[in-house]
Amino acid sequence: MAGTWVFVDQRDGNIRKVSYELLSEAKKFGGEVAAVIFGQGVEGLAGEFAKYGADKVYVADDAIFAAYNTGAYVAQIVAMIKEYSPNAVLFGHTINGRDMASRLAQKLDAGLATDAIAAEISDGKGIFTRAIYAGKAIAKVEVTGSPVVATIRAGVWEVVEGAGAGEVVKAAIAATAADVYQAAKEFIPTVSARPELTEAAVVVSGGRGCKGPDGIKVVEQLADLLGAALGGSRASIDSGWLGHELQVGQTGKVVCPGLYVACGISGAIQHLAGMSSSKFIAAINTDTEAPIFGVADFGVVGDLFKVVPLLCDELKK
Amino acid sequence: GMNLKVLVCVKQTFDTEAKIELKDGKINDAGINLIINPYDEVAVEGAIQLKEKKIATEVVVVSAGADKAMDAIRTALAMGADRGILVKQDTAADEYARAVALADAIKAESPDLILAGHVASDDGSSQVPTRIAEILGLPHVNVITSIEIADGKATCTSEADGGTAVTEVAIPAVISSQVSWNEPRYPSMKGIMQAKKKPVATVDAVAVDNKVKIVEVGLPAGKTAGIKIEEDPDVAAAKLADWMKNTVKVEVK
Ligand SMILES: Cc1cc2nc3c(=O)[nH]c(=O)nc-3n(C[C@H](O)[C@H](O)[C@H](O)COP(=O)(O)OP(=O)(O)OC[C@H]3O[C@@H](n4cnc5c(N)ncnc54)[C@H](O)[C@@H]3O)c2cc1C
Ligand SMILES: Nc1ncnc2c1ncn2[C@@H]1O[C@H](COP(=O)(O)O)[C@@H](O)[C@H]1O
Repeated sequence: MAGTWVFVDQRDGNIRKVSYELLSEAKKFGGEVAAVIFGQGVEGLAGEFAKYGADKVYVADDAIFAAYNTGAYVAQIVAMIKEYSPNAVLFGHTINGRDMASRLAQKLDAGLATDAIAAEISDGKGIFTRAIYAGKAIAKVEVTGSPVVATIRAGVWEVVEGAGAGEVVKAAIAATAADVYQAAKEFIPTVSARPELTEAAVVVSGGRGCKGPDGIKVVEQLADLLGAALGGSRASIDSGWLGHELQVGQTGKVVCPGLYVACGISGAIQHLAGMSSSKFIAAINTDTEAPIFGVADFGVVGDLFKVVPLLCDELKK
Repeated sequence: GMNLKVLVCVKQTFDTEAKIELKDGKINDAGINLIINPYDEVAVEGAIQLKEKKIATEVVVVSAGADKAMDAIRTALAMGADRGILVKQDTAADEYARAVALADAIKAESPDLILAGHVASDDGSSQVPTRIAEILGLPHVNVITSIEIADGKATCTSEADGGTAVTEVAIPAVISSQVSWNEPRYPSMKGIMQAKKKPVATVDAVAVDNKVKIVEVGLPAGKTAGIKIEEDPDVAAAKLADWMKNTVKVEVK
């Protein structure tokens, strides 16, 4: 039985970190670990995955895979599943990952666990832990199938180096032009020197307490000092101080960095949904009663305009 | 104008403020305020705007769930949708069973456009619209923040990993919304009155078994409050910096 496949999420050769997280953890499920990568001119990337424990790297390299498109990608992986019979296929719970996994599961007439935060997989069966009701409850669900299919939240598993054989297997191209039903017209990358919210080891967020763009600048200085991603509450997004892609919470991004720093954020339940699974949480807020302190490992009752610049000075020491 | 028939999938969910409690190992829904899933509300608004722009002529909302889901349908009708379909189904139906039931109801309507939310705020699954698209053999565009329709095509701007994507698909298609697409309107008094008279059909869901089994539901261990200090800014900043460096072990650039 071929063991666990990790579908590599990449765009233009930029591999999303969650792919490495999944590869690192996949060893625990026993059997062979394989990275599966689709794209054009991606064969050269195959060597990357052995470092994180991939025993095999399945590559489907063709112009049809140049940009993610659901139809062709799903047709290809279905053909490969038929040929190689993996035990489990794991995707990162990215926008493309969940799209592909859902379409794949339906094609296989199978169940699917999405956005899982823990997994146990054995022959033909997976038990996945999922946060439901925006993290206010936790469900363990069982998915059966050959393969078991799931998407995993970014950031919950650590990237661990490990030596795999990394044997490259070139897959026969099964997708055809007839499988493509969406035309990618344009892709506008978010231009930022900062890491992406869902990939960052540290996230620094600003809320209504920042009072305006000047307050956001104060928070940005801390973010840059820590090499952190910048985020915000809905209040600061709705006020136009930050772009929509930076919203953390129930209707924004779910992040679980090593450290989350909430500046001038009250800690509404919808905000907590997006960040309360962070490993460490720090909060700076003038209101000692703010609910954010209920989840903070380190809370400072104080004015962010005073505390944050002083914190930057201290960190530089 | 165009004469599109737009169908919107609306799931009834708990109010996002709701406190979750368990009863007999299950989520207790007693006394919980039920709302339209926030993303679906945006989809309903998007559909109504298409009608106002004379691109659509009819907006049909469909919800799979218990009798209570009628309230979600009525709310959408009060916002301005024209009629509703309640697909009667056990709320324990999984993503697969719901997609099968909804796709069946959608097929009978042959809409030109199917709108949905990109995720339900209760199950957090992000599966149902994609599954519906697969069952019906239609394209799907996910997490959209705007849509334009012309010449039998939908051009959507959507959130993508690491940026923004513009995608074009032929319609009929399934399109799932992100909240930043629009600002849903509140139903007016007149709308609420009119909604009472709008037609809502009730059909039984196609009976299929769930594929996913819930083994256990619990409440999260929950983060507990740690240290909280209230001191002069310079003292507080020094202590926080020390914690960041020595406990969290941050790297300073
Ligand atoms: C369906 C729905 C979905 C939602 N989704 C999201 C979501 O995804 N993300 C999200 O964030 N919200 C979401 N919300 C909104 C949420 O309910 C809150 O309104 C929002 O999170 C509040 O943002 P805030 O904490 O920045 O603002 P506030 O609640 O106004 O808090 C500002 C805080 O700043 C503090 N403060 C003021 N001045 C200072 C100072 N000088 N120094 C330090 N602290 C100061 C105050 O004490 C206060 O605690 C959603 C709401 C709904 C209904
Ligand atoms: N029971 C349901 N009735 C109507 N629409 C639903 C139902 N379940 C899911 N949907 C639609 O599918 C979207 C995503 O749901 P989910 O896959 O459960 O996260 C929702 O935002 C709805 O638009």
